[in-house]
Order: sequence, then structure tokens, then C-alpha cells
Amino acid sequence: MQHFMRGKIMDDLLSEFLTETAESLEIVDSELVRFEREPGNRDILSRIFRLVHTIKGTCGFIGLPRLEKVAHHAETVLGKYRDGVIPVTQDGVTVILKSIDCIKGILASLAQTQTEPAGDDSALLAALDEAAKGEAPVAAAPAPAPAPVEAPAAELGRPLKPGEVTLDELEAAFRSAPGPQEQKAEAAAPSHAHALAQPEAPETAKTETIAAQTLRVSVDVLEDLMNMVSELVLTRNQLMDIVRRSEDSEFKVPLQRLSSVTAELQEAVMKTRMQPIGNAWGKLPRVVRDLSTELGKKIELVMTGAETELDRQVLELIKDPLTHMVRNSADHGLERPADRRAAGKPETGTIRVSAHHEGGHIVIAIEDDGRGLDAAKIRAKIAERGLASDDELKRMSDAQIYRFIFHAGFSTAEKVTNVSGRGVGMDVVRTNIEQIGGAIELSSTQGQGTRFTIKIPLTLAILPALIVGTAGQRFALPQTAVAELVRVSAESGSKIEMIHGSPLLRLRDELLPLVMLNEVLGVSGASRDLTQTFIVVVDLGSQRFGLAVDAVFDTEEIVVKPLAAMLRQLPLYSGTTILGDGSVIMILDAASIGQSAGRGETDNAAKATNDNNAASGHGEAGKESLLLVRAGDVKLMAIPLALVTRLEDVDAARIESSAGRPVVQYRGRLMPLLPIAAGQTLRTEGKQPVAVFTDGERSAGLAVDEIVDIVDERLVIEMRSGIPGIAGSAIINGVSTEIADVSHFLVQAYADWFERKAPPGAERNLLVVDDSAFFRNMIAPLLAAAGYRVTPASGPEQALRLKEQGVKFDAIISDIEMPGMDGISFAMAVRNDAQWGGTPLFALSSRNQPADVERGLMAGFNAYFAKADHRGLIACIDETLAPKGVAA
Amino acid sequence: MSAELPISSADSNAISDGAAFVTVFAGNQMFGLPIGEVRDVFKPAVITRVPQSDGVIAGVLNLRGRIVTAISMRARLLMDAAPDGSPVMAVGVEQDGELYGLLFDRVGDVLTLPAASLAPNPANLSAAWTGLSRGVFRLKEELMIVLNVPEVLRIMQGAQASTKA
Repeated sequence: MQHFMRGKIMDDLLSEFLTETAESLEIVDSELVRFEREPGNRDILSRIFRLVHTIKGTCGFIGLPRLEKVAHHAETVLGKYRDGVIPVTQDGVTVILKSIDCIKGILASLAQTQTEPAGDDSALLAALDEAAKGEAPVAAAPAPAPAPVEAPAAELGRPLKPGEVTLDELEAAFRSAPGPQEQKAEAAAPSHAHALAQPEAPETAKTETIAAQTLRVSVDVLEDLMNMVSELVLTRNQLMDIVRRSEDSEFKVPLQRLSSVTAELQEAVMKTRMQPIGNAWGKLPRVVRDLSTELGKKIELVMTGAETELDRQVLELIKDPLTHMVRNSADHGLERPADRRAAGKPETGTIRVSAHHEGGHIVIAIEDDGRGLDAAKIRAKIAERGLASDDELKRMSDAQIYRFIFHAGFSTAEKVTNVSGRGVGMDVVRTNIEQIGGAIELSSTQGQGTRFTIKIPLTLAILPALIVGTAGQRFALPQTAVAELVRVSAESGSKIEMIHGSPLLRLRDELLPLVMLNEVLGVSGASRDLTQTFIVVVDLGSQRFGLAVDAVFDTEEIVVKPLAAMLRQLPLYSGTTILGDGSVIMILDAASIGQSAGRGETDNAAKATNDNNAASGHGEAGKESLLLVRAGDVKLMAIPLALVTRLEDVDAARIESSAGRPVVQYRGRLMPLLPIAAGQTLRTEGKQPVAVFTDGERSAGLAVDEIVDIVDERLVIEMRSGIPGIAGSAIINGVSTEIADVSHFLVQAYADWFERKAPPGAERNLLVVDDSAFFRNMIAPLLAAAGYRVTPASGPEQALRLKEQGVKFDAIISDIEMPGMDGISFAMAVRNDAQWGGTPLFALSSRNQPADVERGLMAGFNAYFAKADHRGLIACIDETLAPKGVAA
Repeated sequence: MSAELPISSADSNAISDGAAFVTVFAGNQMFGLPIGEVRDVFKPAVITRVPQSDGVIAGVLNLRGRIVTAISMRARLLMDAAPDGSPVMAVGVEQDGELYGLLFDRVGDVLTLPAASLAPNPANLSAAWTGLSRGVFRLKEELMIVLNVPEVLRIMQGAQASTKA
């Protein structure tokens, strides 16, 4: 009988049988696990019975006696369960699962050798017979009906009274009742991996009905189909490109039709590749069940988001890593029931597997509430393996330490168990995930649990992208990230503002941080003229920012090709593509660009959107923005906002003392805190308001009692004071207010705040022209710190007098708005002069409309800066004066 | 413009008797690639630069609809860059399903050489080249260094390289 059918027909039949049976067996697995929890569920039982029955029948037909016998005996037991002749027991289910495994083993061998392997199943068959007799010892009864317990319940500390149940049983009953999501998940699991299923097919419980509506298609055929569609899309793009360039063409209309049909075809084929992730999870319930028996632990598996779809290929690749991680959690993560009880946790450990879509990715999480990672142990192991020096180890945070488990051969498990230690390390998992363009992260809290998060891009597919250009190169930006396009100009109502040297985009009533694409890419050659740039407003959901580019081309449907292996670790790119004209361009990863925007600039943006114009540091034309505060004995004091980096509310409890001075940890460094007025004491509890001044890496905090207001005022310093720390006083809002001398405090914080090494023998002389003494006093120290010698002049008249005296300067910095002669006239006068004609002229003004800038440049200024942009000014001066006088 | 070379069915790793090599030149030095490892030879059209990528990567290019990573062999071999506008020829190789174009100054003939003549790397060969070479053939007028393609493609991948066990 075994050699009855040979030849081609047999081979086809056999492979058909193998595929079909393999699928059925997987379903049987998860169904059995479900069934164990709900032995009363007749539907599941019937389904299982039918599947095993079918297997038995087919085996007999094809001539596989060994398989047939095993299936037959299993079917007997199932039949008795179905007919209610014997009760369902855990041992019984275990034996049936064993027989399923046996069948799988035989099938695997069959696939290899085309014949049944010889083997003795008598032990298994005997066990099945025993189970059929219903003589297995009574184990846990079906969950909903709690069994009487003799031992004292853990929490109560006394024996249970009749009718009472243990907390665990209650929890188990609670959990075993299928929630709405689980039901959906389990219904989705049986969908066939190779079928062209209708996406809207109603989820029925009958597997046969699904089978009737689907058909089996070879994976290769789908793959070819997908490739052909991609080629079609590219060719279509090329044709569109050509037709677009010719004015009138008879091709236009038919091409339009072709284009829309292609789009539909594309979408349909894409759908065939998408599969619910539940398919990869199919094995998990069985795996977890077996593990909990084997390890003597109580484990609950919760799966959410099984219907989340992803590409079939990707699914195949993550199946094993996922299983491996779940095994890890069960084996190493979760503690034994006794340990869990001792730790005050519920005896049953939970492993939570979830999936959802986020942006263009699928995010999968595997979480357990076990013992978490032992950072100390890992550190020891790292040291032992010499993977990092002791020094480095000390500086590493726990999070960084945890990442070492992704190293090859790294296992801190005391004994590498059979379960998870079987040679598939976390390094392989990570490699597998990264190969498909994904990423894996982990977080852990000792004693509480561990969580792995995997993020994988959805089908590397076709998506609409905006083509932008900078520095002569083109790049693609996924359309999904693009909110709008803005052209910065006087007419468009949007403008670019500088705050503390960082450009921000004012867009209607929003202030967005601005990222220059050429800077992110590190390429030069981009236009520096911000009045001519295009800004792409990028919306990532969690973040909005503007991306400044030189040119915007058009939107194209691009076929995303995964990054080449050597480029994969570059976070800036998410793929490559070929445009309609055949050129290859890189696809930008908007999120990673967003990270450069997030650094610091968003803080300024947030601050500014709260405080409107006032927070921009230079306020309305001609006025200074001032921060009004109350401190100590001083009722009202003003701090020029232009210098302030941030306003913070420091937790007073965190204020420490260093060398007798109050300091606080700020952004990873110690920041000195200075009271700003006499009679002021720093808070010891609650919040201490602080105005933070940052210069490069250093920060100094001026502590105040209360921030009263922010105002724009035309500053006319009425009285100079001789009091250190006070620059003078002025009338603000009709009230006499003291103006803080910020430099005084900064020098108190760091004696060398304003000192920087001036290049030897290259001392340059600068002339600063401004009618505001206050402003002169503010900018002079900053310029001095940059290594320049500063000569102040209260106005163009005084400046020109210096010129008469024959004084020469390396550069002149001038305000625009001045009484008497203004900056424009001054510039023209300078330019017309023989002596000073060639001196670089810089404008520093609070008027920054493009018209003002243009006027200034026309008048002869080399560059035009906002008053608050002292950093930009200094950089420009450095750059302008640098080539001369470099120390020989 | 590209030429498809017959791909040897012999085990491309072994340098069997009478093996054929595609000769290429970078900065006046001749190198040889076992013919079994070479997919094709072509003149690269436009190479798109990839900002922020390793200096050895010249960029990416389109070859009959497939994306090829172009690697500057001069850079890989720690030679000076060729003057702007110098001719370039690419040797197409494949690894793990990905296509690469190794950029040389020019491509020479295909030479069939007896395996016995393969000599070990001379002692005075620089360390960098030794790592990339499988041996040399002493030809009539010059030395041909046989390149180890998998090694050539083992380009430092930043943090990953340092964490490899």
C-alpha cells in the first residue's frame, strides 16, 4: 500500500497534503490551547475534531499508515470529549498535543524523504488510549467553576470557607473570559497565509466557509506580480514625465486612464501582501502553554492588535524572533509562582504581545511583568567579557547597559535552559530585525518587568513623495509627513525670526523651529538667503517643524527601495528610489530630521508661542523686551529678555551647595544660582523661579522671587547707579524700575564668563554705535569676550568725530534707529569716506522686515542682524575679519 | 553601457586551476577579481551622492532599474582620489542579494592564470592592502593583486562594527 502511488501525481498530491495539513495542525494547536481554557466550548471542540478527522482520512487515502494510526487514536479521545463521555483534563489535552507534535514530526520527515519514517509510537498510542479511558488523575477543573481549596489562600491567611475561591482562581476566571479583542484576535488567527482573501470577508467561525471564498496562490506568483506592478508604476511615471513636458499630446487622455488603472492595480496587489500579524502569533498560545507546564510557572499570554496588518515577507522574518522573545520572557523573565507571591505579585505572570500601526511603521511590543533585567549582573558580565572598560561602565546608564544583551553570545541566564538557550541569541534577533529596516529597543525595571519594542517599516512599497532640493541635490520626503509648503517672502505673511541664534518660522499664529536641510545633511552650497527659501512644514504628529530647502520640485509616486546594507545605519534616510527620469535619490526620514529640530529650538518655540511678540527678545520696533521680576527688597526689577535663555522653575529641594554657593543640576552640569537683589533668600521648598543664561555649555541662573510680567518698553535709562548689579533705572509702565546689570551677575557666577582667548597678535578694534547706553553696555562685553577691543559711540556724530581724529577700526557695528543721524545715513557717510570706505559695516537693529534689511544692505551695510542675535553677529564678524592677520 | 560576463559555475571562492580574472586598475596598480564573483562591468552614469555616508561610499546609482551601491576603490584602498573628471569604470558584484559597483580607474582584459602561480602577499604590501588581498600573481610586467571581494565589502558600519563579537 505504501508504494501504491508514485510518480508525478503522487508528488503533487503529497505536497498539497503537506501544505494543507501543516496549516490545519497549526490551527489545531491554538484551538486546543483555547479549548483547554474553555472545555465547555463545543464549537472549538467540533472544529478540532473535524480537523483531526480530516487528517486521519487523508492519511488513509494517500497511504500513510503511521500517521493514520496516530491521528485515529487522537480522534478517538476527541470524539469522547465531544460526546461528553469523559471529562476534559489537562493531561488529556497534553497527550493530544503530543500526538499533534508527533504528526508534525512525521510530516516533516515526509516532506524530506517522500516516505513515512519508521518509528514506534506505541507509548504515545498507549497514552492516548489511557486518556480515552478517562482515567487520568483529576487536574484543574474548567476555570469558570472554581474547585474547593483546602490550603489557606495566600492573601487571606486563613482557610477558605466553602463557596469561596482563591484570588488567583478569580483572576483566572476573569481572564479566561474572552474579551472583545481576544475574540477578534482568535478569529483572525486562522486566516490562510497563502490565500487571496477578500479584505472585507466577514470573520466567520467556520473555517470551511473561509476556505470556499479563497484560493491558494503560490508565494512566488505574488512576488512576481508585485515586482511587475512596481515596474509598471515606474514606467507610468516615466511616461507621465514625458507627456507633461509636451504641451499638447494625444497621449494625455489615455495616459490618464492608464495612470488611474495602474494606481488601482497597485493598491490591490499591495493588499495581497498584507497579512494580519496574528498569523505570526498563531503558535504562541501553544508555546506559552507548554512552557508554563515545563517550567512549572503560571503564565498568561495576552495578545492585542492581532489584526494589525503587515507585509507577508516581513511577517515571515519576524515570526521566529517573536517566538524567541516570548520564550525568553517565560523562561528568564517571569519568576516562579512562589517567588512572585513573595514579591507581592499575582502568581500568574503575564506576557503581553501587542501590535499597532504608527506612521509608516508597525510597532510590536513584547512585555512581561517578571523580574526585569538585572543591571548589576549585566555589568559584571560586560566587565568579564572585556566589552567595555570599567571607566566606560561607570558612565553608562542602565538603559545603555541593557542594550548589551544584543551582543552575540551574551546570556546572563545562570543556566542556558533547553527552552530559550538553544543558540538563537538576541543578536540574531536584532540582526534579523535590522535587516528588514526595523529597530528594536528595550526597557526594563528591576523587579517589575521588561518590555521589548520592535518597530518595522510597513511594506516597502509605493508612496507619494515630495521632491525637494538643496545644495544642488534632490531628495524625496514622504508626502504623509508634509503638512504644507511655505514660501518666505514679504507678501506671504510668514517670516523667519531669529531667537538666540536659532531661526524660527512664524506661520500664522504658530512659531515653528526651523531646520536647514543642508545643515542636517552636512552639505554646503545651499542658499544662505533665508528670504528666498522654501519651507516645508513637516507634521510628524508628535512634532511640527519647518524644513528649509532651496527648491521644491513636485510630488511623485515613488517605489521605495530599501536602503543598501551599508547605508542602513544612517538614520537620515529611510530608503532609496528611482525617479521617473531614471535618477536615483535618497528618501529622507522625517522623524530623524525632526530630532535635530527638537534640540532646544522647540523650547524657544514653546516659550514664544506663549508670550507672543514679547518673548522674541526684541519686541516691537525700537523697544526692548523686559522681564519684570520681584526679588528681595526690590519690588520691581527688569531683566532684558534678549539675554535670557530660559525661564525655569527649579525644584527648591534640588538646590545644593557647592563651595558655599548655591548650585543646582541643570542639563547635566552644575549651575550656580545667584540672588539678584539685596534681602533675597532662595526658597527651600516648592519652586524657585530662575532666569537662566546660557553661553555654550555653561549656564548661570539668576534667582528671583517672582516673575511679574514681560513688557516691551522703549528703554531710556534715567539714572545710572553706582550699585553693582544694577545698570540703572527707567520708567516702565509709569513706574520707576531698576534694570539689572546682567554682566555683573554672570561674572559672579563664572569669573571667566566673558573671557576667551583672543588670537595672539590679532586684536581687532570694533566701533559700536548706538544711542542706547544700555545696549552699548550689553553688547560690549559680549564682543570683548569674543576677543575684540570695543570702542563705544553714542551716535554717528561721535563716531564720525573719531574718524576725523584718524582712528581706524576693523569693523563698525551700528544701530539703525537713532535720533539725529540714523544708521542708514551713517552707513552712506561711511561708504563715501576715503578712510573708512572699506571698513566692514554691520547693522544691529530691532527692525527686521525684509524691507528694512534691504534698505540697510543698499545703504552699504555688509550684513544685517537682529538685536538679539549677538551670536550671529559675532560669527559674522569672526568670519569677515578672519583671513587677515592670522598669526604667522 | 554594460557588458555581462559569463558567470563561472565553479565555486567562486576557490581559485581553481586555470582560473579567469577580470583585471582592473586603480591608481596604476593592477588588481584582479575572480571572474566567478563578477556580475558585470559597466560605465556608471550618474552617481547620486549620499550625504553623511562613509567616505568610501561614492554613492548610489541606477543599473537597469536596480539600485547599486557604488564604492570608490581608490578610497577603499586608501589611495588619493583621482582628479575630477577622470574616467571611472564599475565592476558589479553581489552580496546577500544586494548589488555593489566597485569603482576603478579602468578595466583591463580577462586573464586566465594557472592557480599554481598564485603567490602569497609580499611582505612589503601595506597592511590595508594585505587585508583585502587573497594573494598575488607575478605577471610579465606587473603584479596583480587578487582582491577578496567579501573583505572589500566589509565596510565599517559605525557602531555595529565595534559591537561585533
